[in-house]
Amino acid sequence: MRMTCLNMIHTLAQRDPRPVFIGSDLSPGLLGAMQKEMPKRYYMEGITEANVIGMAAGMAMDGFMPYVNTIATFITRRCYEQVAVDLCLHNLPVRLIGNGGGLVYAPLGPTHLAIEDIAIMRVLPNMAVVAVCDAEEMVRLMDRTLDWPGPLYIRLAKGGDPVVSDARNGFEIGKAIPMRRAKRGGVSLMATGVMTTNCLAAADILERDGIDASVLHVHTVKPLDEGAVLEQAADARLVVTVEEGVAVGGFGSAVTDLLVERLARSMPPMLRLALPDAFPTKYGVQNDQFQVFGLTPEQIAASVRSALT
Amino acid sequence: MDGQGTDRVAALDQRSIDLRRLIVRGLEGGGRGHIGSSMSLVEILRVLYDDVLRFRPDEPKWPQRDRMILSKGHGCLALYVMLADKGFIPLDTLDTFCRRDSILGGHPEAGKIPGVEASTGALGHGLSVGVGMALAARMQGRDSRVFVVMGDGEINEGSVWEAALSAGKHGLSNLTAIVDYNKIQSAGPTREIQDLEPLLDKWRAFNFAAEEVNGHDVAALRDVMNRLPFDPGRPSAIICHTVKGKGIGFAENDASWHHKAKVGPDMVAQMYAALE
Repeated sequence: MRMTCLNMIHTLAQRDPRPVFIGSDLSPGLLGAMQKEMPKRYYMEGITEANVIGMAAGMAMDGFMPYVNTIATFITRRCYEQVAVDLCLHNLPVRLIGNGGGLVYAPLGPTHLAIEDIAIMRVLPNMAVVAVCDAEEMVRLMDRTLDWPGPLYIRLAKGGDPVVSDARNGFEIGKAIPMRRAKRGGVSLMATGVMTTNCLAAADILERDGIDASVLHVHTVKPLDEGAVLEQAADARLVVTVEEGVAVGGFGSAVTDLLVERLARSMPPMLRLALPDAFPTKYGVQNDQFQVFGLTPEQIAASVRSALT
Repeated sequence: MDGQGTDRVAALDQRSIDLRRLIVRGLEGGGRGHIGSSMSLVEILRVLYDDVLRFRPDEPKWPQRDRMILSKGHGCLALYVMLADKGFIPLDTLDTFCRRDSILGGHPEAGKIPGVEASTGALGHGLSVGVGMALAARMQGRDSRVFVVMGDGEINEGSVWEAALSAGKHGLSNLTAIVDYNKIQSAGPTREIQDLEPLLDKWRAFNFAAEEVNGHDVAALRDVMNRLPFDPGRPSAIICHTVKGKGIGFAENDASWHHKAKVGPDMVAQMYAALE
């Protein structure tokens, strides 16, 4: 997913004069073909995240569309004020691409775990927040970024993630995709990023148990596709949000806010599967962490069964 | 140049006095403002707008314009006065400073005020934005120049030095960093709060061609700015030795005049009297 995303920057730059790549201190030779072909639009600026964001803002003010890439924690937490003021206050078309969203960097510990990236990006006015589920969907997202007028945060997954998206569903920023449908009164699973993949597997498990579950892929957490979320929730006997990040302020929080405001007393029961308000203490790999936090397909299915009883 | 840079300051000429009186007009309108931080900036901005910058007040977004970012956004009254003087905004807009529906807030906002390039106020942002603009000009083959005016307290921020690294690396001769070195930040003297010395050497070490000047000497400022870039392959830095509160005798070099929140008629009268 990461290389697909980055290679797309080169592709977009070949067909549009606006894209510029700005990295911090990434792999040697990264996007070497782009650097060779268009050296003036390729910048590797070192470990200066605050500066890189301001620099991207300055370029965007004069007509460019910078794609900025570094590790997700550093592109969100380290330079948060620059993101808020330089990008969001000016509403500039800068794309922030965060490597290792969620629990991807499990072995590297809490300094590298971007578990609150979605929450803290989501609260900034003008910022859009997107987490696609696989590399093929990433291509479709990147195609759409040329038309998005404001700042955009793109959370990257581990890479090599199973492809579950379908080109026939198309892709619009801000438009959720129903990936699996259920009969009226079924369970509504809603997820973002690769949790959609786990939810699809969980829905298969639930089906074997006689529980009908839909899956709504909410790749864009902000702006939230309110229509799609409300439509799914209205028919559901249980709404379940699943995310690879903290519950506080995250995707499930966004869905809950919407349902509370719009459905009031007709709110369906809700289950939010997310990380607790704590720094993770384990290492291992991403899948180990999914297990720690109850986010494997089997655990999601078990949590749903338990909530229904 | 001596550390304070104040000994040889000539008396302010009528234009400098008139511009300061307009700052007082803004303070009166808002009943508040960063007095000391605006007064130290007057000659720097005056020379930039009178003699250096290329701009069109009736076409603020003219692509070929030079860009000026007031990174020390709290000194905005000095900028608003110059924008009014040049016709970007009507003069009486100054009377609305900080009022509910005004375009002139306590820090400048780019989307609201013609001629303001970037919203500033959070310190340490402007130089990076200026680096991006200077690179954009280079990529687009424009000969626009970029000027970023910073405060001395502001350059405590690490992000300024990150930006300086980038500017030096790219050899941005179209970028000039200007420091309003009035030696006093909000909490007290800069040499006590966070000493910047040797400041000229710092900028040179970051690959800037750097010079210092008396920041209230209009002729000296003109001379130094007319020699930009100091080096055809490097960004320039100008350390302007200034006096906090310059022109208001009782406020000069007094940290308590960095900002005043309750500027009443008596205080306004005293400031006007000081500028007679």
